[in-house]
Amino acid sequence: MNELLCKLTGNEQFDGKEWILDHIVTIIFWVFIILGFILSDGVTINWFLTELCNRFYRNAFLVLSLIIPVIAGLGLNFGITVGAIAGQLAIIFVRYFDMGGIGGFALAMLLSTPIAILIGWLCGILYNKTRGQEMIASLIVGYFGNGVYMFIVLFVVGAIIPVAAEHTMILPGGVGVRMSVDMGSIYYALENLLQVKFAPFMAGVSGLYFIWTVFKRFFKKLAIGEKRMSNLGFALNGGLSLALCLLFVYQIATEGSLTIVRKVPIGTVAMILLLALFTRWIMTTKLGQDFRACGQNQHIAESNGINVNRTRIIATIISTVLAAWGMILYLQNIGTLNVYTAHTNMGFFSVAAILVGGATASRATVGQALTGCLLFQAMFILSPEIGQSVFGQAALGEYFRTFMLYGVIGVSLGLYVWRAHKKQKLVLPPRDEVKVE
Amino acid sequence: MKLIKKLIDRIGVPTFAVSLLLLVILVMAGFMGQSIPTLLSDILKRVGMNGLLVLAMVPSIKSGTGPNFALPVGIEGGLIAMVCCMQLDLSGWTLLLCASLLTIVFCTLLGYIYGKLMNAVKGAEMTIATYSGFSIVALFNILWLALPFSNRKMGWMLGTGLRETIQLDSFHAAQIISDLGAVKLGKFLIPTGTLVLFALACLAVNFFFNTKQGYAIYAGGVNPRFADASGLNNDRSRLLANILSTIIAGLGIIVYAQGYGYTQLYNGPMMMSFPAVAAVLIGGATASRVSIFNVVIGTFIFQGLMTAAMPVANQLFSGTDLSDIMRQIIQNGVILYALTKVKNGGKS
Repeated sequence: MNELLCKLTGNEQFDGKEWILDHIVTIIFWVFIILGFILSDGVTINWFLTELCNRFYRNAFLVLSLIIPVIAGLGLNFGITVGAIAGQLAIIFVRYFDMGGIGGFALAMLLSTPIAILIGWLCGILYNKTRGQEMIASLIVGYFGNGVYMFIVLFVVGAIIPVAAEHTMILPGGVGVRMSVDMGSIYYALENLLQVKFAPFMAGVSGLYFIWTVFKRFFKKLAIGEKRMSNLGFALNGGLSLALCLLFVYQIATEGSLTIVRKVPIGTVAMILLLALFTRWIMTTKLGQDFRACGQNQHIAESNGINVNRTRIIATIISTVLAAWGMILYLQNIGTLNVYTAHTNMGFFSVAAILVGGATASRATVGQALTGCLLFQAMFILSPEIGQSVFGQAALGEYFRTFMLYGVIGVSLGLYVWRAHKKQKLVLPPRDEVKVE
Repeated sequence: MKLIKKLIDRIGVPTFAVSLLLLVILVMAGFMGQSIPTLLSDILKRVGMNGLLVLAMVPSIKSGTGPNFALPVGIEGGLIAMVCCMQLDLSGWTLLLCASLLTIVFCTLLGYIYGKLMNAVKGAEMTIATYSGFSIVALFNILWLALPFSNRKMGWMLGTGLRETIQLDSFHAAQIISDLGAVKLGKFLIPTGTLVLFALACLAVNFFFNTKQGYAIYAGGVNPRFADASGLNNDRSRLLANILSTIIAGLGIIVYAQGYGYTQLYNGPMMMSFPAVAAVLIGGATASRVSIFNVVIGTFIFQGLMTAAMPVANQLFSGTDLSDIMRQIIQNGVILYALTKVKNGGKS
């Protein structure tokens, strides 16, 4: 939201209608969430924040893994599903040997990496062969990968790879993995490393952010490479963060309801933060610039001596590996691995989240991914509550959120293509006329 | 060797590979003591059930929109038509005929909106179509729950909303098309009704594409700029083709439901477009070229494989759902293969 307002003030040629069209999905979500709070009774703010934070820690990593392919011009990589599959295979392996704790978690991440690199490489080659149709290809890759994965966990394990038939993870016949695999002590391995209370954490973070905005506003020479903030931007950013900081300090002092929100797992937050910084950092490297060049125009990139095919494959590999890690992070938070279903909706959820944040098929930032993740998960929590309190049926709310899930993807992708066509028409003379002459 | 290569070139890799697999499985089934006549009649039954859904691909591919991944749009149109007729407690042939007429109305409407959408998103039709399909299924999920249908035969025992599956038996409409003039030779049963219906529909679509309007759609699909230059309204052609495709899909689900004996509401139609797309691709179609022949062959091979593989796989590896895994891999593999052949693919 901060970023949004900054842009609002920084842009001189500001067009209200364009802006609304640009952010329509985000606006709908804000309206929905605010309405949701008003309509649904019995949703307490601390329960909501606990749920929201928990879901955020779970999903943010996966959502962030989508950014690089978008910048590299591959569109939204629904194929992170196969990345998730790589993560699950690693976890099945680790749990088969009953390894747990933070060591097991790290080993799973390590093991999933080569699998994900291989899968990502294959996907990259495929996307190069399906140029212009990468998004539908990545969607189908998810289903295809699901088939292959099923074959592995249901049949190859046991029939080809010898396993102990009496192992608790293996189906009674000695072939195939059971429906659900217990994560054992990998459950919360990362979260339990270090947890900080929510209110002090938030007070600290918002306080630090306030100091940062002051710094940025008044000592512009020291903030290298950063633009000086506009007055409005400063007032909004600084004001909000200061208010937030004071609110949490007040809450701590009075032991208000915000102090009983779930603790913040520093390990998970650190991993998300590291990935966010990594994504920003890689864009400053040569490789990152190559990504951007490929995303803008493949022909020009090629004629500038960039190996477009290779760059796109690298982008896919990075995304797939990150998705595998993200899935492991997700599962250590959930506690059980539903072997046959856990990965199936990962692509949809993550893509919908990043789109809600305001990303498009050709533009995505870390900020959009994180805000989108928050907004989308908030909708997910509130939907059944609204269904329950407005219509008396929680199921209605659940169907509604499925509708929002697919609707968001459909609407934002559709709007994106439609507007791209319109812009093209404004810039270029109608192609048909040229052809006829 | 050369001969095989020539054959593959002629009929395409997916058609060749999948029909070979079908042959192997049929031979295996024979050796394993499966009753071949039963298998064949099962295959015919499923060809008749699924034929129209696959046929729905023809107009959209011909118009240049690509395979109709938004098949659920038409399917939901057909379902709501059926449910409306059931609400009036119609039964038997009256139910099916009224539902068909109503389907045409609903699907024209839905197809019009969908066609407009497809015209707005040229170049990314397949992705957007897939999500249109998913979204409409989710939207209808809400409708099934919220619309005030009151016929007890369709409701849950408790609470409001429609059931997940509605038995057509209670409306005397199960298998009535299939059984119309069915021929029985020992264990071999030919569901004449659905097959004849499928054949008639194929002929009708073929006839349509031999009219002036049909040629206009085809021309727009092959070369939109040329068609535009020749004074054809390409957007209108595409709109018409998508409406037609949606209507066929709506009628297709009625035929499917009567053959199956149940109407599946809620998430039932969600994934139905993918087998249909795969079937037409297996028949030798591409994302931009299709014929009725592709539809017939494709439906037969794909449904044949699905039908024959199940008992064979179950006998070989009991307890595993290997045939469904095989379906997923083949179905999506074939679609992926077709995507690599889309025109703007290849090196930049």
